[in-house]
Amino acid sequence: MKKFWKTGEPYVLATGAALAIVLVMTLSLVGVVVSNGLGYFWPKQLVRFELKDGSAALGQIMQHEKNPISGDRRLQLKIANRDVFGQDFRWIDENDIAKRSLPADAMLLERREHGNYFGFLKGVTAEGLNIPAAATPQETLERALKLVSEKNRATLGIKDKMSDLNNRAERLRLKLLKLEYSGKEQNSAAIAELTAEREKAMAEFNALNEQSGAALAEITRISASFEDVTGGAKDIALVEIVAHQRPNSMSFIAKCGAYLERVRELLLDDPRESNTEGGLFPAIFGTVMMVLLMSVFSLPFGVVAAIYLREYARDGLLTRAVRIAVNNLAGVPSIVYGVFGLGFFVYGIGGSIDSLFFPERLPTPTFGTGGILWSSLTLALLTVPVVIVATEESLASIPRGIREGSLALGATKFQTLTKILLPMATPGIMTGLILSMARAAGEVAPLMIVGVVKLAPTLPFDGNFPFFHMDRKFMHLGFHIYDVGFQSPNVEAAKPMVYVTTMLLLAIVIVASSTAIYLRNRMRKRYTTSTF
Amino acid sequence: MAQTQQPTDKTPILSVSGLNLHYGEAQALKEINLDMIRHQVTAFIGPSGCGKSTLLRCFNRMNDLVESARITGSIRFNGAEVNEPSTDVISLRRRIGMVFQQSNPFPKSIYENIVYGLRISGVNDKSTLDEAVERSLKSAAIWNEVKDRLNDSALGLSGGQAQRICIARAIAVNPEIILMDEPCSALDPISTLKIEELIEELKDKYTIVIVTHNMQQAARVSDVTAFFYLGELIEAGATRKIFTNPEKKQTEDYITGRFG
Repeated sequence: MKKFWKTGEPYVLATGAALAIVLVMTLSLVGVVVSNGLGYFWPKQLVRFELKDGSAALGQIMQHEKNPISGDRRLQLKIANRDVFGQDFRWIDENDIAKRSLPADAMLLERREHGNYFGFLKGVTAEGLNIPAAATPQETLERALKLVSEKNRATLGIKDKMSDLNNRAERLRLKLLKLEYSGKEQNSAAIAELTAEREKAMAEFNALNEQSGAALAEITRISASFEDVTGGAKDIALVEIVAHQRPNSMSFIAKCGAYLERVRELLLDDPRESNTEGGLFPAIFGTVMMVLLMSVFSLPFGVVAAIYLREYARDGLLTRAVRIAVNNLAGVPSIVYGVFGLGFFVYGIGGSIDSLFFPERLPTPTFGTGGILWSSLTLALLTVPVVIVATEESLASIPRGIREGSLALGATKFQTLTKILLPMATPGIMTGLILSMARAAGEVAPLMIVGVVKLAPTLPFDGNFPFFHMDRKFMHLGFHIYDVGFQSPNVEAAKPMVYVTTMLLLAIVIVASSTAIYLRNRMRKRYTTSTF
Repeated sequence: MAQTQQPTDKTPILSVSGLNLHYGEAQALKEINLDMIRHQVTAFIGPSGCGKSTLLRCFNRMNDLVESARITGSIRFNGAEVNEPSTDVISLRRRIGMVFQQSNPFPKSIYENIVYGLRISGVNDKSTLDEAVERSLKSAAIWNEVKDRLNDSALGLSGGQAQRICIARAIAVNPEIILMDEPCSALDPISTLKIEELIEELKDKYTIVIVTHNMQQAARVSDVTAFFYLGELIEAGATRKIFTNPEKKQTEDYITGRFG
């Protein structure tokens, strides 16, 4: 027995077991997220229940469980029609069920407001809209929807024009303010000119506004009438309908199509219904943008600091103190960075920028409030120690012979650094970057105080000059999880969205890391030292 | 201690006089006086820690990298003092090349390894570089082995090839002296033989100073041998004389293998 312990075999087993536990934990986390997230978009059947008391219910079965009080089996049904029934979900005791069926014409509507609607199509009311007659109300609905979406697209074009005009008017207003502050008398001519220009823009805007209002009113009049399972009738304007399907009579391929359509919507559309429905595009964009910006700040800064520490600074008390400080910085709670970012970047630097460059907008802050720039800088501060440590270590691991070889050929220290040492250290630096990107993508706490919002009306990047708006607030997947999952008015309905968001955040981190790892391995192959 | 008197009309290219070197408190070199003659191979022999490598690294000021090193005395290279703050170390190192104990090719292609010294001194003309690569690889007797794979990584070469690449790299910048710090200690006998033959050929163009642990090697390749012991230069003179009829008892003991 003693011999058995001496062989070292048990210790190998213990290390293997530890690794296995870590793997199982990671995989089960990913598994839970993925299985819950991926299933969300699959069109679920609409089941009609006839209960023993004579009433009926239509909905999607969410889960089965044991009633904690009576001990009987019960099921959770998503009945939707929040505006009619007042709630999205209800419990049904399996003992109460008299009959279940899958009505082929049961319809699921995704609406812009009030969540989904489950019911049956009765007819389409189309005043002033010339819809070619169709055999079934279903087909009529399809045609009407097509027409409405075409009309709607035209209104959206008007809206884009309006937003451009609005932007122009706002810029003119600021210009006017600036002129007024710098002296009303000497600029009176310019002021008059600008005022006229602004009024013209405003007039144009108002005209367009009326036009779009009229168009919208016309479209809104087109509606379809539905009947829910309890017999209640409901008219729904067609513009309100985002998507419709009859899951009970869909073929497998049609279901796949619907699934892909939902994935597209998720990746490319804006959120609806206080983020619990619709897409995640602004959050994905914000997260990726912020992480990239963060890398742009933290990578050069960290590398340069590490080079100085390792290559130039004399090894004294100060260097050691700096090194200890850097290592400890990595352990400071992230919320502390957030508070620092708010005080230093937002109020300090941002406030100064506002009073220097944008005084005409005050007291409305431009840079003096949270934004993507300050968030990236705050996270760059948070992750720079990781980059410093990784760079320092990879520089230190380069054999002395290589440095001496370069110096002995008459290279200066700087040439040795840029031509030999930095290329060789690149794989290590990349490792640091990977770690810092993963950390930055998942960080939420500091962002909540320096620039993330629940719903950003505009992306930090658009077609208006100067295209990249560093001062804008942005959306972030990590904050989205918190917001949708814990701050939402309808948490039960938002649950799938939390899984989907989590899955996307994981995917982004994995994609970013894999890219960096791929690059690193390519470089490592180039700089593998075989002789040392 | 012994001032060598070479029976030759040639002037010394490197001349060391009264050289002392301290690492912190410890003295590594004591009152070294030695001349190295143009187009001759000088071998430094002696047991480990006797200061021969340290002396070699004084010639191209590699000891600058060691913070605790303190040097007094004089090293003259073509009559100019090496050990002065005003000396241009960069151009000194271009004129005094060095080959290390461990071959240290850079993680670049063979071609880029050879032209590294030229590139950092600002030469970027393709034809000049090509010409330098061919010339130095031929001088280092490795042209035929690598001419078809100049763009492959130098890290894929064998130890002996890598060491000759390092020699070629040193030759490429046209130095006057090549310092070799135990260039064969990590190599197999066949590679060693190739390097030794190479040294013989290089002698016509360059002055070579070689540190070696291998006394047969010193006897085979060098014209002048200097024997060091505990930081002192015990004896220096024509190789034949040192190996057949040394003046000092210590030298004889070391050469005959009684210690060291």
